[in-house]
Amino acid sequence: MAGITGKDAVLTRYADKLEQIDAPKGRSLTQDAIRRLVRNRAALVSIVIVVLIVLIAFIGPRFAPWDYSKVDWTSIRKPPDVAKLHFFGTDANGRDLLSRVLQGTQMSLIVAGVATAVSVIIGIIYGAIAGYFGGRLDAVMMRFVDVMYAMPYVLFVIILVVIFGRSPVMLFVGIGALEWLTMARIVRGQTLSLKEREFIEAARAGGARSMSIITRHIIPNLTGPVVIYATLTVPEIIITESFLSYLGLGVQEPQTSLGTLISAGAQVAESQTWLLVFPAVVLVTMLLCLTYIGDGLRDALDPKDR
Amino acid sequence: MRIKQAFQVSSAAGVAALMLSGSAFAVTLNLHNGGDARTLDPNKESVNVEDRIISDCFEGLMTIDPKGEPVPGQATSFDVTPDGLTYTFHLRDGIMWSDGTPVVAQDFLTGLEHLENPKTAAEYAYLANFIAGVADYNAGKSTDPSTLGIKALDDKTVQYTLASPTPYFTAALTHPSLYPIPTADYKANGEDWASVDHILCNGPYQIKEWVPGSYVRSEKNAKYYDAANVKIDEVYYHVLEDNAAALNRYRAGEFDIMTDLPTDQLALIQKELPGQARLTPIISVYYYMLNELKKPFDDVEIRKALSMAINRDVITGDILGTGDVAAYSWVPPGVANYQGAVYTNDWQTLPYEERVKQAAAIMASKGYTPENPLKATLRYNTNDNHRRIAVAIAAMWAQIGVQIDLLNAETGVHYDALSAGDFEIGRAGWIMDYNDASNMLDILRSGQKQPDGTINWGNNYGRYSNPKFDALMDQAAKELDLVKRAGIMHEAEKLAMDEYGAVPIYDYVTKWVVSPKISGYEDNAVERHLTRYLSKSE
Amino acid sequence: MLSYAFKRVLSMLPVAFIAVTACFFIMRLAPGGPFDRERALPPEIKANLLAAYNMDQSLPVQYMLYVWRLLHGDLGPSMVVKTYSVSQLLGLGLPFTLTLGFSAFIIATTVGILAGILAAVYQNKWPDYVLVLFVMVGVVVPNFLTAHLLQLVFGVYLDWLPAGGYLPGSIPHLVMPVTVLSLAHLARVSRLMRGSMIEVLGSNYVRTARAKGLGTRLVLARHALKPALLPVVSYLGPGLSYLLTGSLVVEQVFGLPGIGKYFIQAALNRDYGLVLGTVVLYMFIILILNLIVDLVYAWLDPKVRYS
Repeated sequence: MAGITGKDAVLTRYADKLEQIDAPKGRSLTQDAIRRLVRNRAALVSIVIVVLIVLIAFIGPRFAPWDYSKVDWTSIRKPPDVAKLHFFGTDANGRDLLSRVLQGTQMSLIVAGVATAVSVIIGIIYGAIAGYFGGRLDAVMMRFVDVMYAMPYVLFVIILVVIFGRSPVMLFVGIGALEWLTMARIVRGQTLSLKEREFIEAARAGGARSMSIITRHIIPNLTGPVVIYATLTVPEIIITESFLSYLGLGVQEPQTSLGTLISAGAQVAESQTWLLVFPAVVLVTMLLCLTYIGDGLRDALDPKDR
Repeated sequence: MRIKQAFQVSSAAGVAALMLSGSAFAVTLNLHNGGDARTLDPNKESVNVEDRIISDCFEGLMTIDPKGEPVPGQATSFDVTPDGLTYTFHLRDGIMWSDGTPVVAQDFLTGLEHLENPKTAAEYAYLANFIAGVADYNAGKSTDPSTLGIKALDDKTVQYTLASPTPYFTAALTHPSLYPIPTADYKANGEDWASVDHILCNGPYQIKEWVPGSYVRSEKNAKYYDAANVKIDEVYYHVLEDNAAALNRYRAGEFDIMTDLPTDQLALIQKELPGQARLTPIISVYYYMLNELKKPFDDVEIRKALSMAINRDVITGDILGTGDVAAYSWVPPGVANYQGAVYTNDWQTLPYEERVKQAAAIMASKGYTPENPLKATLRYNTNDNHRRIAVAIAAMWAQIGVQIDLLNAETGVHYDALSAGDFEIGRAGWIMDYNDASNMLDILRSGQKQPDGTINWGNNYGRYSNPKFDALMDQAAKELDLVKRAGIMHEAEKLAMDEYGAVPIYDYVTKWVVSPKISGYEDNAVERHLTRYLSKSE
Repeated sequence: MLSYAFKRVLSMLPVAFIAVTACFFIMRLAPGGPFDRERALPPEIKANLLAAYNMDQSLPVQYMLYVWRLLHGDLGPSMVVKTYSVSQLLGLGLPFTLTLGFSAFIIATTVGILAGILAAVYQNKWPDYVLVLFVMVGVVVPNFLTAHLLQLVFGVYLDWLPAGGYLPGSIPHLVMPVTVLSLAHLARVSRLMRGSMIEVLGSNYVRTARAKGLGTRLVLARHALKPALLPVVSYLGPGLSYLLTGSLVVEQVFGLPGIGKYFIQAALNRDYGLVLGTVVLYMFIILILNLIVDLVYAWLDPKVRYS
């Protein structure tokens, strides 16, 4: 679940790199990396596919022949039927699977997006404070992060679901709140190296307050790590969501998610194969592509190629 | 060459050395039992998962036959006084616990005292409330066990005094909560008597091993009086909540019997394993409760419209497809002590389109149309079938101007909300404890005011309340003539159903899958099958 | 160095304590309780149950009672399973979860490291592509799906392996659960190994060693392996804790008697005692694991300073 993409390894390497060079060059390192990434064919194809999936998931429902919650009483549990415009077949309630896959993909993406955003925000605030103020505060805050790394993550996710079960957004805010550790570490490292730079010294000498230094000068320099972090965190959350769906703790009907669809499909893998194959193909494709992008990013940042 | 067999042979030697007790030639029954047991103590039993284990290992004064009918168990006969209040049971000769000590009348007293002792906190303690003194003792109003309506006249005679005539008393005695427990064992070990190390059984089987999360294993009890006719030597009650995985294991030959099946896979089972799915109606109802303390569900007409718009045939036929029976009555067909025709309403034979039209008209007259819908939340507990039914009913109601939000939660949370009245429409179900119509009808009695001023609605989640209904049920409880009693209860049922005190949807069927290797299994309406009647051929 | 390790453990204790406290109160915030059943219990019976588990007391009192017992090493009763106490249940489940977790850990780590080395040596050639693809597919398919499919193929169609269940001492019963559990860990280890090995192979001293005419195997074994293992080792701690806490799904699908499964059921049934007990136990295990990893890491990397 957590860590499927080797997020920590990639980001730690990147952060080390950033610390070694002058901060203004941090941006050019990011630009460099992006240029390199674009040259990586697997990563580029993956980016195109992911963008397509996202677009189709959000725009597709407008053009789909059926609504995702509409019951077609004449075709319950039926395989794909072009004549009735059920291109992916229907589920056990006679709802169009194509529309449900689109809605499910959308839901999985939203959920992953929310959780990632929450973890990024917490990570940035926490890391920036620890790094900027340094000293004792930093030591205590980072010790806390170390210890949090050792917590039984899965157990806390389940406890959170039990409490926030009724509201998917709250739930994934909760998961995001458990996922921020890596982000906090990176941001702290970044901040530590940035705050010694001339332009920050200058700002401080000019009487700027700590808060505004953090928001004006430090956070804008974090675009690179955030992009990488998000690419690597989204698939983790999607997998976590599918695991929760299997335990019956997924999103509320009539809404659905890829995880919910797949866990329903897994039960009938032989007799109603279409219920498993379509959502599984979307999920696997999307996650594979995200992993390739992550790999591409790592290669793009590999110091050996410089 | 099958690798599995090769592996099994090679590991068998090691395993056999570990498991000294397992005889190589034993006939083993592998039963898929669903969830895990919480206790092995018959007095503390609360769910059917436990019942299947406990009913094989313990026996009450009455037990059941393969058809599920009550028959004498530890007793051979009983006498009842004409007022129906005193029952005297004569124990069978040669009955004993698995350590060889005889089962005596005192063991039944010990069992009842244990069941009703507030410290035991037994969940089924209320089931015995028809025995004199029980309710007070359990509530702590009396601490003297002699106030319980049970006496040992001698070692071989048990006498019960009832609080009111109870035509289903002998049927209720088949429930494990009323079984005896070994007095000496209980005195020596306290609550620990029912641990695997100390437990003594008086039934056909003896519990040997419990691996929580995986299985309970019982072996044939040689001390059982009918041991000569018990053909299966060893039973594994396997724990597996995932029904799809269970079906895989059944198909791999690892289970002989499944006690539940994944509904979606029925077609596959019927195609690949013809004749093995055993679907028989059981005395039970699946229903929706409408919270009558919340507007607009206090309005009988609204409740009627909602009930009319549910197409039960589509639910049982297309959504479930397991042969469940569409229900319009509160008491399911075939229940004992309930002579007379099954309740019907005046619209159930109309074509569905016509019903929707009428229901929509009712809703429109109350100001609800598809454009201006009645918005309500429908709660159900997490389960594939409940989900499907809820989704289908929401779609059916959409036609008459009702817009449903679905809300699912784990079983505990769901029923907590229902009990607290924190819902508008909620799913519930009832599988009858004993075969008597009152068990079903009592659900709909008005709530009881508590000392702290709150009202305890019990299982009447919809908070249906009609003093006339309560009066009829009180009258029925005192009536000795079974036919007259049935007449009064029919009157009560008609009253409650005409007022839509609950919305029955269908009557459950069993969803067992039984391997052709097993013989002696008979479909029955109480969904209880004792292993002692089964045999297995290889 | 021992004092460093000791310090680390000490610093974890207060946080572990806070986590237990948080769990205690958070669980009580969750709707529902351990005695909510399909059937409403009469108020007298519910009162009896609450009294039997001290739940009729105020929450702070219950908390004090819990902590007091915890300090005496007693995890208290389970509110749902009546026959076993929490300690007994965990004692029964732990050996199995550890067997499952450690088997998966050893197999996946070994295979992962070998696969990673292979992929690095053949970087951007077909063995590399095949391995990377295989590993990625293994990790992106949700594990309950992998478990169901393996069960169907190897348990039902081919009938090579038991489709599930537990038999004391039987290895075939462990093959599928361990495989499913291994996949994600294997993927992570092999990817880490591949990355760091590529880097080490490109470094100057390895190039020098090669220039001296040493064979690939010798270079790998003598010069490249140890430094390349570092990132892998630092991952092993969290990796093992993922494996030990991540066996829930596998235990659920295959009907295995591990504590992951207890935890799910306990959380769903609001069995407060068992939930807390599991959390306490897991944290204790993770604490010890981290300590071991720290020591191993220190042995591998002499540059680490103990401050």
